[in-house]
Amino acid sequence: MSLSDTVAAARLGGHLFVMPAATQIVRLNVNGDLKEIGVPMHFTLLEALRYELGLTGSKQGCDKGDCGACTVILDGRPTLSCITPVCEAEGHSVMTVEGLADTDGPHPLQDAFDLHGAAQCGFCTPGILCSAAALLEHTISPSRKEIKEALAGNLCRCTGYSKIYDAVMSAAQRLQVEAHLDGSSE
Amino acid sequence: MITDKRKSKSDLTLIGTPMRKIEGLDKSTGRAVYTDDIVLPGMLHGKILRSPYPHARIVSIDVSEAKKLEGVHAVITGEDIPTKYGIIPWTADEYPLCTNRVRYIGDGVAAVAAVDEDRAIRALELIQVEYGELPAFLDPYEALAADGSTPYVHEPRKEGGNGNVTKQVQLEFGEVDELMAGSDVIVEGQYFFEGSTHTPIEPHCAIGLWDGVGKLTVWSATQVPHYLHRELARVLELDPARVRVLQPLVGGAFGGKSEPFDLEFCVAKLSMLAARPVKILYTREEVFYAHRGRHPFHMKYQMGSTKEGKLTSVNAEILLDGGAYASFGLVTTYYAGQLLCAPYSMPAYRFDSTRLYTNKPACGPKRGHGSVQPRFAFEIQIDKLSEKVGLDPFEFRRRNFIGSNTRTVNEMRVTSNGFLECLQSVERASRWRRKFRRLPFGRGVGVAGSTYISGTNYPIYPNEMPQSGVQMQVDRSGRVSVFSGASEIGQGCDSMVAYIAAEELGVPLEYVRVLRGDTDFTPVDLGAYSSRVTFMLGNAAIDAATKLREMVQKAVAGEWEVEVSEVLLAGGMAMWAPDTERQMPIREAFNLAESAFGTLGATGWYNTPKDIHGEYRGGTIGASPAYSFTAHVAEVEVDVETGVVEVEKIWIAHDCGRALNPVLVEGQMEGSAYMGFGEALMEEQIFKSAEQGRAGLHNAPSLLDYRIPTSLDTPELESLIVESIDPEGPYGAKEAGEGPLPPSIPAIANAIYDAIGVRVDRLPFSPPNMWRAIEEAREAGTLGTPPVPDGPQVTTGKPQTKTASSRS
Repeated sequence: MSLSDTVAAARLGGHLFVMPAATQIVRLNVNGDLKEIGVPMHFTLLEALRYELGLTGSKQGCDKGDCGACTVILDGRPTLSCITPVCEAEGHSVMTVEGLADTDGPHPLQDAFDLHGAAQCGFCTPGILCSAAALLEHTISPSRKEIKEALAGNLCRCTGYSKIYDAVMSAAQRLQVEAHLDGSSE
Repeated sequence: MITDKRKSKSDLTLIGTPMRKIEGLDKSTGRAVYTDDIVLPGMLHGKILRSPYPHARIVSIDVSEAKKLEGVHAVITGEDIPTKYGIIPWTADEYPLCTNRVRYIGDGVAAVAAVDEDRAIRALELIQVEYGELPAFLDPYEALAADGSTPYVHEPRKEGGNGNVTKQVQLEFGEVDELMAGSDVIVEGQYFFEGSTHTPIEPHCAIGLWDGVGKLTVWSATQVPHYLHRELARVLELDPARVRVLQPLVGGAFGGKSEPFDLEFCVAKLSMLAARPVKILYTREEVFYAHRGRHPFHMKYQMGSTKEGKLTSVNAEILLDGGAYASFGLVTTYYAGQLLCAPYSMPAYRFDSTRLYTNKPACGPKRGHGSVQPRFAFEIQIDKLSEKVGLDPFEFRRRNFIGSNTRTVNEMRVTSNGFLECLQSVERASRWRRKFRRLPFGRGVGVAGSTYISGTNYPIYPNEMPQSGVQMQVDRSGRVSVFSGASEIGQGCDSMVAYIAAEELGVPLEYVRVLRGDTDFTPVDLGAYSSRVTFMLGNAAIDAATKLREMVQKAVAGEWEVEVSEVLLAGGMAMWAPDTERQMPIREAFNLAESAFGTLGATGWYNTPKDIHGEYRGGTIGASPAYSFTAHVAEVEVDVETGVVEVEKIWIAHDCGRALNPVLVEGQMEGSAYMGFGEALMEEQIFKSAEQGRAGLHNAPSLLDYRIPTSLDTPELESLIVESIDPEGPYGAKEAGEGPLPPSIPAIANAIYDAIGVRVDRLPFSPPNMWRAIEEAREAGTLGTPPVPDGPQVTTGKPQTKTASSRS
């Protein structure tokens, strides 16, 4: 029985919840890699990432969608992986903090967070980076207010957020310079 | 003991400049490893069964059904670990799992280890506990008035005593009553500081691994691996030489992980019984119940002043609501009074401080331990006194400045003191003189000051050994390895030792490796608490690096046939000072030294002065090798219709001695002010009464309902670093991790008064509390901008040290 069949069967049976019974095969596209994993049906995307795929960069701070430490990018949108059933991620593209860097080196945000001291304990950092990366995909010239709003779902207990804004702003400026250089070289 | 630590800026190449953290990129790429990221082969998951009653006898526990459940490998109860523990050796009063009585909702009674979390939860459901409910003490005044007709929270230590009293401290310095009576003005006030908790984003987590023949390994998100090491061995009756504590990176702590917790003993015992590694990760709800956060304080202050604005006498009465166990409470009870005696000079001071046990989660140390609550009351009292004598509150504070190289009324030794510079920095940056009492109704500014310790002179358990040690080695590749037992909780102590190694040995920062977080191979550092790490570990690192540097200099001097003092190590090279063209790569210099002296390694350590404290019982508590100083200005807007307070900006000036890396110091200043802001406006760790549904139940144990500031709530923060260059700190550094917190709360309170003429005396300044205070003022006819002070406006302070500023 496929995943959707099980869900349908559970609904037909009048159950509100899918019972955590047999392991299901879920196909995920994470950081560009296609992965097939067998997980209990009640697993969240966060559990699948951390326990099945070994991608421990995404963190569990509250396990109920309050703190944002588990934020990943699902089809370009920041998403709380701890309250996303893993089956819902099937057929979508998932990007985690481990996927932000490429062969050229760290993502400009990652470098800027390091440079500006935006990560103290670092536990909220992966989630904040995902929220910020999604923002910069949308605009490379965000205002300080837009940055604040984009990060409003990510709690940081160490920094008071100031250095995080500085880091996001500085990464955005680097992206602007790169975009300008790309444009002028064409 | 150590060579000149106060090098001038021109002699320093790295120290004092903005630098990256050595683990910064690991943290921003997701590579950094925290305890819950570790998975061991065959690892089981543990869970702890917790009491649903605030106070009850355990009549019986039946674990037989849980043991039978398939996939369950071990089940334990209090009887399996029947030894009390506690961070303060004299007040060990809790068991890893309760033996015969539970004392708060959430107290652990049994634990299981099973193949996965779901199975462990199912096993907990099968454990049958019969409780005999007891009347609960939820209010500290009721706990104080108890007569023994119902069982106290703990058995009295003396027959006939009140078992609800953890500790009472009464200390008096100078002629308190006489000077009070002779004061020109006296102000009195009652204040209530609501409790708050740390909420690090990483929940507590621990893994136990028993090797089957006597060696125990525990990984834990702790900020005190050394104390955990000691307590694990003592409570589990193991040979301490065969206990190993590993501390992966810690995802925030703030004092909330500074003592052993039930999960660390449970993973160890469960692993011993199951012969498999066992992990326990607290749920967020368990973190709220584990607590050990800020004590609620009920405070009364009476303070006198001359009409010229000189403090005469201070009289304080404080009741601490401690929760179910002692934790650090003995220290908190002293700190409540002891840490108030600077930056102002007070001729006479008395405090009476009593900590009560109540049937709620135990309170303990949170950033600014014990000093944040009294400072809230005290700095409002100072504001009231300033107004009464007609002085600007900055001027009042300057007139009472205690000075440097002096003693406080309670005999603490103050050396470097940059408080006047702190005042000047925030006064200027905030444009105070244009704003104070001059902003339109509803807007206001407030100022407050404070002091904090850079570690304590006396360790938690009495001993004469160093408080901090490091081991350092250099190798043939040019690399420097530092073995550090200090606790990296986000503040940057691993980077700090790397900066010192690079500075002293002249290598690029990338050449330094810090090997850390493992009691098997690092020297002891006592932990990340009481703002001790930079001061103590920093001095230890300078000590070790200096020994190595001198060997390298000697070897190079021999090779070049020059004076040892002429050899410089900097920028990855050894150079001859008179002609820096004469140089060799640092690697070659290290090889010369190894040829001359053999394998190169050195230990370094720091111990605190033990002869500097007050000669009275408790005189050692609060004694520190150096004190930091802070001043804040807050600017607020108050909506008198809704009671909503908006803090627009906080200016933070902090005397950290010397900023070894200004980026990290600013981070501590901003994080502290943010945390104080959250306590001032939003945070409440409160528990329901019986009338509210269920006595002792946490009101809001989640990060949604316990409101910590988001990016949208947090005010603009501006850090102003003040450097007084301390005579004993590493390169003159003092602490920066806790001292910048306390003034934000009274600064906001004083700003609210400036805005609308309402004195707020209870936390938080949330809309309901504000609205009540505003309505009272409206009825009394006192709502309005207070008058401009009419007294003499003379500035007496003469700042001498330099002030660096940065806007964030």
